[in-house]
This record gives sequence, structure tokens and C-alpha cells, in this order.
Amino acid sequence: MHELSIALSIIDGVVEEARREGLSRIEKVHLRIGRLSGVDKEALRFSYDIAAEDTPLAGTQLVIEDVDVVIECPTCRAERSVQQLPLLACPECGAAPERVVCGDELEISGLELAA
Amino acid sequence: MTEPRIVEVRRKILKENDVLAHSLRDRFQRSGLYVVSFVSSPGTGKTALLERLLTEMRAEYRVAALVGDLATENDAIRLARSGAPVKQISTGTICHLDAGMVDRALSEFKLDELDFLFIENVGNLVCPSSFDLGENLRVVLVSTTEGEDKPLKYPTIFNTADLAIITKSDLAQAVDFQREFLIANVHAVRPNLPVLEVSARSGVGMKELRQFIVHSRPLSARAG
Repeated sequence: MHELSIALSIIDGVVEEARREGLSRIEKVHLRIGRLSGVDKEALRFSYDIAAEDTPLAGTQLVIEDVDVVIECPTCRAERSVQQLPLLACPECGAAPERVVCGDELEISGLELAA
Repeated sequence: MTEPRIVEVRRKILKENDVLAHSLRDRFQRSGLYVVSFVSSPGTGKTALLERLLTEMRAEYRVAALVGDLATENDAIRLARSGAPVKQISTGTICHLDAGMVDRALSEFKLDELDFLFIENVGNLVCPSSFDLGENLRVVLVSTTEGEDKPLKYPTIFNTADLAIITKSDLAQAVDFQREFLIANVHAVRPNLPVLEVSARSGVGMKELRQFIVHSRPLSARAG
């Protein structure tokens, strides 16, 4: 369950960004989580609620955007979105990818403020 | 209200760990030290393989090891039998090593006086994958006895690895190990990942593993 470590890092990161930007009244924390990142979203939400207790972020919510895995196919000479995870192959021709373009993100993307 | 409702930030969640891992990697490079980490499920044979590897490599190189465990110093004691300097990292309830734990444990070693450092992660195929330790080579181990579909179940760790090792090859026949099936599964989730097969008990494959590690080390480090 490394989601608890990740949740603690989210809280530290958000507190630091909020201080730098001079933000208060954060309601939601937006994340981008790649489908290759190995993070379980439900475990992360559960961990976040616990980790946020007794911090300025208590009661805030996570808004998680899944980031698809995109590979560079050496045969098609194109970027393709992989749908058959965990299999890393071009969905069009089945070739092994030359490179993974994205899909392993673990990012804080935005802070949503209360109206 | 001029304040936007959503303030865009772009920050890696594990930024702190990543920053520290990068600085570790810089330190390793400056010291001419090559760092190899081992990760696998509990019981795959990380410690047995590492004990043999340390014993064999000590003849030619200055080697040391860090070993992570939730509790007990049993693995560190086993590794110390190799004669190489070994430092235990007790993680308590934490299921993986992170760059901070490695950084703190390094105070025991003079990095300039080492050629290779091995880091044995906590036995776990899920949690270690997200945490960069500053290592140069990440090795994922899977034994002949634990099921050929492991890569399909734990793709992320195979995706972040630079080498896969099949351990306990001496038991392959007894458990009807399907070698080609496992390798196909490794390559399904991580095309082109190099795969080696070893037995820490019989010594089969050890020479190839040593050569792989030694040749992965950059020439600049070898000269330094």
C-alpha cells in the first residue's frame, strides 16, 4: 500500500504550492495519474482522506484524471494509444513500441478553490 | 473576483523523492560508483543471489550492499557473510525504500572507495516501482517457482526495470517451469527487456549476470 506515501507527498506538495501561490480555501485537488503508474485510485482516495486529517487540506477532495498510455510504434511510425494494458503493443499492428510517450504520470495538475 | 477558480500547477507528486534521487545519482557518478537495485516478491531469492554475487564480485571489485526490510536484520547478517560491508535499512511499516532512506544509510560508506553498491529493496512487487532510488540499474527478479504470469499481474515494476532475472533455475524442472511463457509475458508488458536466468545455489548463470552488471557500468566510471 504505497498509496499512503503518495497521499502524504500530495499533501506536502499542495501545501507548498498553495503557500507559493498565496492560495487558501482549496476545495479540490486535481491529479493526473497515468494508467502505467501502478497507483490504485481507490486506495489513493482512501489514504488521502486519512492523511489529510489534521492538515489544512482536511475535507478536500481528489479529482483524478486518468492519463492513457501512448506509445511510439516503430512500424506505423505514429503515436498510438494503448488500450489493452498491461500489454504494451501497438493496437493497429501489434508491434512492440520503440518508446512510451506518456502514461506513467503522477502529477498534481490543479488546485480548485471554493467559490 | 479576479482569482481563477482552478489554479493550474504542474508538479510531480513524488518531486521531493525525484529531486533527491537525481542528486544521489550525481553523487554516485562523481564517485565512480555504479548502483544496482534488486526488487522482487518476498521469497524470490534476492538475498541468496546477492550473497553469492557479493562473494564473487569481491574478488575483483570493491562492493557493498544496503538491504531494506520491514523488520529483523536477518538479511543483512546473511549478506555480511560475503565479507562485503552491509548496511541494514529498517523500514518499519513502510513497504518500499525511498531515496531519503538510501541517502541516510549511505553515511556509513565512503562512496569514493566503492565500485558497486547493491540495494536490496523490501520484498514487494508493487510499491517499490514508483520510487526512484538514484540507482543506475534496476533489476526485477522472478523465480521459477512463483508463476509465469507474474509480469501480467505486476506490469509496472517490469516497466521500470532495466533487467529481469529468473532465479532458482535449479528448481525449474521440479516445478515444470515454462521458461518461454514467462519470457513472452515479460516482453508483452515490457518489450525488449533483457532476461537472464540464474541459480544462486548451483551457480548457473552467475558469470553472465556478473558480466551484464560490469558491462552496464559506463567506461568513465571504470576508469575512475
